[in-house]
Amino acid sequence: MKRFIGFVKKEIYHILRDRRSLFILFGMPIAQILLFGFAITNEINHVKIAILDRSNDEQTKEIIQKINATSYFTVEEYLYRMEDIEKIFKSGRVKAVLVFDKNTAKDLTKEGKTQIQLLTDATEPNTANTIVNYINAILQSYQVELNQNEVKPYQIAVESKMLYNPELKSVYMFVPGVMTIVLMLVSAMMTSISIAKEKEIGTMEILLVSPLHPFQVVIGKVFPYIFLSIVNATVILLLGVLVFKMPINGSMALLAFETVLFIISALSLGLLISTISKTQQTAMMISMVGLMLPVIILSGFIFTISSMPWPLQVISNIVPAKWFIISIKGIMLKGIGIQLLWKETLIMMVMTLIFLGLSIRNYKIRLE
Amino acid sequence: MNTDKSIWVKDLTKKFGDFTAVDAISFEVGKGEIFGFLGANGAGKTTAMKMLIGISKPSSGAAMVAGYDVFHQADLVKQNIGYMSQKFALYDDLTIKENARFFGGIYGLTNTEIKSKTQQLITDLGIQEVVNQNVGSLPLGWKQKLAFSVALLHEPKIVFLDEPTGGVDPITRRQFWEMIYKQAHNGTTIFVTTHYMDEAEYCDRVSIMVDGRIDALDTPTQLKKQFDATSMNEVFLKLARKLAH
Repeated sequence: MKRFIGFVKKEIYHILRDRRSLFILFGMPIAQILLFGFAITNEINHVKIAILDRSNDEQTKEIIQKINATSYFTVEEYLYRMEDIEKIFKSGRVKAVLVFDKNTAKDLTKEGKTQIQLLTDATEPNTANTIVNYINAILQSYQVELNQNEVKPYQIAVESKMLYNPELKSVYMFVPGVMTIVLMLVSAMMTSISIAKEKEIGTMEILLVSPLHPFQVVIGKVFPYIFLSIVNATVILLLGVLVFKMPINGSMALLAFETVLFIISALSLGLLISTISKTQQTAMMISMVGLMLPVIILSGFIFTISSMPWPLQVISNIVPAKWFIISIKGIMLKGIGIQLLWKETLIMMVMTLIFLGLSIRNYKIRLE
Repeated sequence: MNTDKSIWVKDLTKKFGDFTAVDAISFEVGKGEIFGFLGANGAGKTTAMKMLIGISKPSSGAAMVAGYDVFHQADLVKQNIGYMSQKFALYDDLTIKENARFFGGIYGLTNTEIKSKTQQLITDLGIQEVVNQNVGSLPLGWKQKLAFSVALLHEPKIVFLDEPTGGVDPITRRQFWEMIYKQAHNGTTIFVTTHYMDEAEYCDRVSIMVDGRIDALDTPTQLKKQFDATSMNEVFLKLARKLAH
């Protein structure tokens, strides 16, 4: 036990004295979560639009006022000719132009229906999409208001509701995603690099010649990173809950369990990588290409797995991060328990055992 | 089986598939002896040494190191030997004291033992002024002496040195050999591999490995006589040439 404490202490010195690793361990999770949370977002805020109102009636003015009143849009300019539309798009001053036809208001009052044209700058497709959705929503609510004053007995109103994430907050997706990336990075990459470093500078040989059992060496190297990963996961969750008001609807204990399980599976991956790499560079490259890319691309963090071509969908199944993201989203947003997550949990457990088994086998081959 | 000897090796063999890296070597090393273990690259030195220090399992044969069987008592072998490689592996980002504390700790020394030994080491090497510096900032020669002293911290019966003087200047090499002599004089057995033939002359006895076998084993003086050579360098070349014929 005393040897073990000495080992962990040494490991902590390594971590604390290397500015680069300190930054990766503590600066990055916070920077990432804040970046993803605030900057990279699907929400829109004070988007500038222009209006071409050829109807110029009470109703169209009401609509314009309604749109301008939200925090999503600001009416930047009123246009008077069709030709101006292209000009203003090219100048880049507005992202969308709302066009009311001459008959817009007349049609609405006489026939009870009308059409409005919405032109958007689709060079940024995501923003364009969001603008269309938001304008639609505003128009719909206006319609509802109009209908309140009429007496129309048979009216069918379609009301859609976004479940679990009613405001479609992107941060609800990013918190689990960033947590996954950071845990993968700390657990797998940092561990594999730190073991490869001992091999590179020759201390691994000294440790193997010492009376320490090889497994004591491995556990001594891995243990500080388990602790760091747990601290990181806690920090990210706290930021998610306190800064971004992310809910934790499910059981905290289950969330903690799944997180620790994922940490262990990432650590065993890190071990596996360290058994096949002789230098820190190799370990870093394998971790980057073999772990980080799949986590970012194939885990469902950024890209929806169900809309990928089927070969990628199949491959995504062997990415542990995918199952972890499903689990923590389920626990935090849907509040579901182990009875609905046993499959994901079991898959992660089996993967962890396979990674551990392979690393032990590789490790033994090296010792023979 | 002779347990008086520090190292006792009989028909020790290591095979990797069809390839025999070490082919039934036998030798003995006495207590306090400086034993030079020579051979060209790829002759099997490193493999043989790995078996003796307990990190590689022999395919066949027998070996006793520090009185323990390398097959069944590898843990006891490890506890009683010291090891230093050509990389002078210490942790660059730890200070001298922290390195000593860590390596002393993994050999199970108590805190008081570590403290007094570290103090002794610092006094012996005359490095008081740099004790709180990271090892990475020290010159290579100092690192090498420090690595040797750290390998001796737990007072091993035998020290294995794997090309311990690679890359250091001649003066430092000379000083390093003085440290080796002093240690051997205190009764520690020294098992050393080297590429420098002048260093082979410093050894009590020398073995030369060629293609997995020990082709020559004697004192440097006897070897020179046997091969009718004026230096160990010549002995080595003659052995290699004999093989080529």
